[in-house]
Amino acid sequence: MPAVTTIAEPAAASAAAGRTLAVEVSSLVKRYGVVEAVKGVSFDVGRGEIFALLGPNGAGKSTTIKMLCTLALPTDGTARVGGFDVRRQPKAVRRRIGLVFQEQTLDDQLTAEENLRFHAVLYRVPRHEVDARIDRVLRLVALEGRRKDLVSTFSGGMARRLEIARGMLHTPTVLFLDEPTVGLDPQTRALMWDDVKRLREEEGVTILLTTHYMDEAEYADRIAIIDHGQIVALDSPDALKRKVGQDTVELTTADNALAASRLAAAGSRCQEGGEAVVVFTTDGESQVARLIEIAGVPVSNVHVHRPTLDDVFLHFTGRQIREDQGERVPSMAVRARAGRH
Amino acid sequence: MATAPLPLHPSTPRLLDERGDLGAELRTIGMVWERELIRFVRTRTRILSSFVQPILFLFVLGYGMTTLVGTTAGFTFKKFVFPGVVAMSVVMTAIFSAISIVWDREFGFLREMVVAPVSRSSLVIGKTLGGSSIATVQGTIMLVLAPLIGVHLTAVLVGQVIGLELLMAVGLTSFGVFVASRIQRIEAFQVVMQLLLLPMLFLSGAMFPLKGLPTWLAVLTRLNPVTYAVDPLRRVVFAAQAMPPAAAARFSTGISMFGTTLSLSAEIGIFCVFTAVFLALAVVGFGKPE
Repeated sequence: MPAVTTIAEPAAASAAAGRTLAVEVSSLVKRYGVVEAVKGVSFDVGRGEIFALLGPNGAGKSTTIKMLCTLALPTDGTARVGGFDVRRQPKAVRRRIGLVFQEQTLDDQLTAEENLRFHAVLYRVPRHEVDARIDRVLRLVALEGRRKDLVSTFSGGMARRLEIARGMLHTPTVLFLDEPTVGLDPQTRALMWDDVKRLREEEGVTILLTTHYMDEAEYADRIAIIDHGQIVALDSPDALKRKVGQDTVELTTADNALAASRLAAAGSRCQEGGEAVVVFTTDGESQVARLIEIAGVPVSNVHVHRPTLDDVFLHFTGRQIREDQGERVPSMAVRARAGRH
Repeated sequence: MATAPLPLHPSTPRLLDERGDLGAELRTIGMVWERELIRFVRTRTRILSSFVQPILFLFVLGYGMTTLVGTTAGFTFKKFVFPGVVAMSVVMTAIFSAISIVWDREFGFLREMVVAPVSRSSLVIGKTLGGSSIATVQGTIMLVLAPLIGVHLTAVLVGQVIGLELLMAVGLTSFGVFVASRIQRIEAFQVVMQLLLLPMLFLSGAMFPLKGLPTWLAVLTRLNPVTYAVDPLRRVVFAAQAMPPAAAARFSTGISMFGTTLSLSAEIGIFCVFTAVFLALAVVGFGKPE
């Protein structure tokens, strides 16, 4: 395990200073019985920012979002959304946020328009503005042609985009997207991201999303990497990559543990993470031959790359984030697979 | 480092605080009600199925029992059971309309409602009124069978019946909503409802007069809330018929308790109390944040 990097709070605060804050979170804790799902997270999100909480399933992302949406009561700490305290002014908070959940929350026996009208009443959109808003949000997600269609005729991607439109209907200050692209094909995902960026451009809304997709987090202005209920890193995607700083050389060997110990003994900074030994080095390409020699075990695969967010995650948590399950692959399975090479 | 609250809608300069806004809550109730009706109209099988059972009861029980019971002074068992069957159709539709809550939970829409900045009470009241309206319409449509049975209808009677149906429907929809709020799965809801529904119907006096029952049965019928909704309905229907005294004695109305017979308004009063309790339970049972 690498040393846990504590988030540099002054840096985060200064990044948001001078702007209006849409979300202010301070030492937020959520305990379910003895389980501490969120262990004191602090961060600020400026107005108009796209902010991502990135982490594997069960890291505490969704619990954090639930507390900010007033769906779960914080055990400790404070959070303000749109200037209102989530604990003391939950209704004021709810009126200023849009929510898109992981699971669909549309009525598929109603038309797109009927779903939006229902929402407009519940969120008190002034009556004379409702029609114009419905037109606008449907255009934002390119569904204006499906206004009168039953939601049951929509594809998964269209339904998700309609939910985003609905989340924007009442002109929220902050739009929360909890794993918005889970279950969507790559094309639909790209479309959805176009929608999200357009929302920010045209409506100036602040977007707070959770994801365990690395490539999606790169769309964000800033990313908080969350693991085991704590923020382990918080910065812009570029700055995070710079923090990792080095190239990585990934060696898939016959005995990863042995290779790792030899490399470490030779002074290389390395980790036995997932299916391979990862060595952090400068100018990885020229180092490959030397590293293989030090490892001294059969190497079946070598991969050199410049830092990506995957590496950032690995760097801060010691684990690779996995798209399919968001969990560490059991080491036994890895060894069994490596043995078959 | 708290920031000033941000304005909500450009056209709404006044900041809304935590207090409820009656107009907004009423619009919410109206919207939830409207959705229930839209959904009902769009599911035709449901409309059809909720007619079949009462009609079956009317013809099987009505015609079958009439031959057995015989006719008293020109008044048949069919006529006696007719208000009971109308009540039955209201009760069944009302109770099962609450299944929409379980559906909403299963398909996620419940979440859209409970996270909204409106009070839970408005949601429950809207749901309850929606289900009640549907049940009242169902019961009222049953009245078209009245001439076939030989039950005489007047405009005043139809008005009275609709009023009583609505009360009955609100009480039982609230009961259904309360049960639904405690149940996570659709199968469980159906099983629980079937288990509760049949005793509630059979022990309500919908099928037989409440006079001269064995004590245990008399006690059970008096504990059943539905009893206090069926009897008023039958009373107003019978009051509009020309009933010979012999028929009125045979097919009696009225609920006797502790040696006295309850007045119509006392029966309605008791049912209102049940309704208030069920509605309160439904609001409370509708869930709280984690």
